[in-house]
Amino acid sequence: MAEAQAHDHHDHRPHGWVRWVYSTNHKDIGTLYLIFAIIAGIIGGALSVAIRMELQEPGIQIFSGLAQMVYGMQGDAAIDGGKSMYNAFGAAHGLIMIFFMVMPALIGGFANWMVPIMIGAPDMAFPRMNNISFWLLPPAFLLLLGSMFVPSAPGAFGVGGGWTIYPPLSTSGQPGPAMDLAILSIHIAGASSILGAINFITTIFNMRAPGMTMHKMPLFAWAVLITAFLLLLSLPVLAGGITMLLTDRNFGTSFFVADNGGDPLLFQHLFWFFGHPEVYILILPGFGIISHIVSTFSKKPVFGYLGMAYAMVAIGAVGFIVWAHHMYTTGLSLDTQRYFVFATMVIAVPTGVKIFSWIATMWGGSISFKPPMLWALGFIFLFTIGGVTGVQLANAGLDRSLHDTYFVIAHFHYVLSLGAVFAIFAGWYYWFPKMTGYMYSPVIANTHFWVTFVGVNLIFFPQHFLGLAGMPRRTVDYPDAFAGWNMVSSYGSYIAAVGVAIFLYGVFEAFQKKRVAGANPWGEGATTLEWQLPSPPPFHQWEQLPKIK
Amino acid sequence: MRKFLASAKLLAGAAAAGALLSSASAYADQPQPWETSFQTPATEMMRQIEWFGNYTFAFIVVITLLVLVLLAYCILRFRASANPVPSRTSHNTLIEVIWTVGPVVVLLLIAIPSFQLLTAQYTPPEEAKLTVKATGNQWNWDYEYQVDKTFSFNSAVLQDADRAKAGKEDRNLYPRLLAVDNELVVPVNTMTRVLITATDVIHSFAVPSFGIKMDAVPGRTNETWFKAEKEGLYYGQCSQLCGKDHAFMPIAVRVVSDAQFKTWLETAKTDVPAANKALMAEIDGTNKVAAAGN
Repeated sequence: MAEAQAHDHHDHRPHGWVRWVYSTNHKDIGTLYLIFAIIAGIIGGALSVAIRMELQEPGIQIFSGLAQMVYGMQGDAAIDGGKSMYNAFGAAHGLIMIFFMVMPALIGGFANWMVPIMIGAPDMAFPRMNNISFWLLPPAFLLLLGSMFVPSAPGAFGVGGGWTIYPPLSTSGQPGPAMDLAILSIHIAGASSILGAINFITTIFNMRAPGMTMHKMPLFAWAVLITAFLLLLSLPVLAGGITMLLTDRNFGTSFFVADNGGDPLLFQHLFWFFGHPEVYILILPGFGIISHIVSTFSKKPVFGYLGMAYAMVAIGAVGFIVWAHHMYTTGLSLDTQRYFVFATMVIAVPTGVKIFSWIATMWGGSISFKPPMLWALGFIFLFTIGGVTGVQLANAGLDRSLHDTYFVIAHFHYVLSLGAVFAIFAGWYYWFPKMTGYMYSPVIANTHFWVTFVGVNLIFFPQHFLGLAGMPRRTVDYPDAFAGWNMVSSYGSYIAAVGVAIFLYGVFEAFQKKRVAGANPWGEGATTLEWQLPSPPPFHQWEQLPKIK
Repeated sequence: MRKFLASAKLLAGAAAAGALLSSASAYADQPQPWETSFQTPATEMMRQIEWFGNYTFAFIVVITLLVLVLLAYCILRFRASANPVPSRTSHNTLIEVIWTVGPVVVLLLIAIPSFQLLTAQYTPPEEAKLTVKATGNQWNWDYEYQVDKTFSFNSAVLQDADRAKAGKEDRNLYPRLLAVDNELVVPVNTMTRVLITATDVIHSFAVPSFGIKMDAVPGRTNETWFKAEKEGLYYGQCSQLCGKDHAFMPIAVRVVSDAQFKTWLETAKTDVPAANKALMAEIDGTNKVAAAGN
């Protein structure tokens, strides 16, 4: 039926480059987002491998050579330039992975592709706005990459302030244009996300198929709806904060300049008021994906659907009032710290509800361990590890010893690199047959999983030990006592890089072999609407709206 | 009397002592290779932090193992070949209440000692007897002693080229990237207040074995305190990204006896390098005695 309709409309379908550049089709835009995320992920991943190569041994190994190669520096200038370059790599890695890899993959990619289909809508509410939200990203990404090649501090290139760009290091500390380019990049990426968020909220509220009430909506759509609200409310605050940075840098204002009555900590409050919801923006869509996969491969409906939906609402809401737990060591008063400890610990409750509900969904099920399920199981376990260290870090008294050490790096990579990224790969292997019509090789997909699983755990588990022993974050060199675990961590990163290569080969292999996947390769457990359409779905779907009982 | 005995032992064991390194038994608290836990606590506060860390660790290990066991059970018991017909259960109010209330109880058990610990960190048990102001610069520290005659000195990472001149060739005692030219010298068992600020960008004053970490923010003066229990050297590093040489601005605290501190302080008011030299000679001498006495 749907196929026949697609055929009728064949002539109206744009072809060639017009189809992609002018695209207003949510599936094509979703595909663009996914390709963009893969490219950005490879670049951001390469930066992190360079960081791990540097940290494999004490001393400065590769960055002075890199500075020589890239910036043409010599001698001592190359050593100093290399140290700054290391900082620039760290900042770029963080910003790229957050703004140009995880968010485009989960929100722009999977949500664009699947939310309209899942709620029975023909497309997004504002198709042209969808186009502009994608096409804002490549220039933003180019600005950020470009910033790595223009001066920041004397003798240094690229933004060297970490992804958090705290002033005064990001203002008087780096007078060169690199920071301005990065600020503009974040502005544009932020605008792109806000437009996307408006689109999702409008689509989900207004374009659900007849009969699909909010309480019948698939959990992925719930997750994206909540994420869109977080984006809409938090990104303008970031935009305000970095605009103040920009005017402090260029137009003589003193928002963050202590000498003139400003306060550097104001930026940290503004940044984390965005930054904390941001981490839930990165993980909530993943929660939605995992719920679908666990339910599909257990052949059971999601356990405690309402609890799952409102747990995400609770996480999103409470996520806005915990930001200063990133600032326990800045000199907050005792009472302020008490409040943020309390509020932060509250988040553990809805998060626990989600973990237990996934397990309960599996309980009594008939589980098949296809690649998406393998990634989902990996997600649940690794996210739990990242979650429980988060409960430790919530305690200001203990965070005193762990803040700004590798323990924090380990924690947030367990929830993001091993959480969000595992959710992305789970979603990829779940929906790849739907999006392309082809089935990948499960052997390659499983190999990809196991290599990545071993690699990322080798990278990040030893970093807990380094943090406990007191190794600070963001240092290009470290006391010799930290050498052992750093070496292990670096080898882990090479293994994870092999994982990425296996992933890319798997994609290539699937397109080469062209194994036809069929409308629903996952069987009776896959109940959401996308599995009722052919694979790939027609250019326009649901021209006759589905009826939800 | 004790000192006399020690001297006698030194004479008796002069030959043996000669074989030992000058600072063989001097104490330095620093990270150890393949360490998997906190550095050895040197203050009561760090012991409390360590206790609380272990206490919460017990909870999170149990929680993680619980999740792991439940996952493993589901994988084995409910795999398609073992359980071909899935149940359709999707609600159970009782279990949902349990896994909401259970975590709340666990969080309460964590929160009570957590708030006690946090309160203790902001409730010094006694008045500070010594106040030192640490000012972070790119990329070194200034330490100002707020005593009757205020004086200050700069403390920067020890360059390898300066090791011999500074008498700091022992890399176990003065590790690379942790050792500095001029340590912060404080008396043992003395309540010490540290005022912390910065001149250029944000830095962070951290000494892991003391359990302190406080950001140095331009335009603000933050405060923390410690009471070191054992003489020796204690190392920390700047803990807030501050630019190119962030990895190269360590914090070294030398905890000495009351008498040693008084002598040092008197000289340091006018001549810090001379005071440090005399102090190191004195400590080396004492350690030789101790080493010989072993």
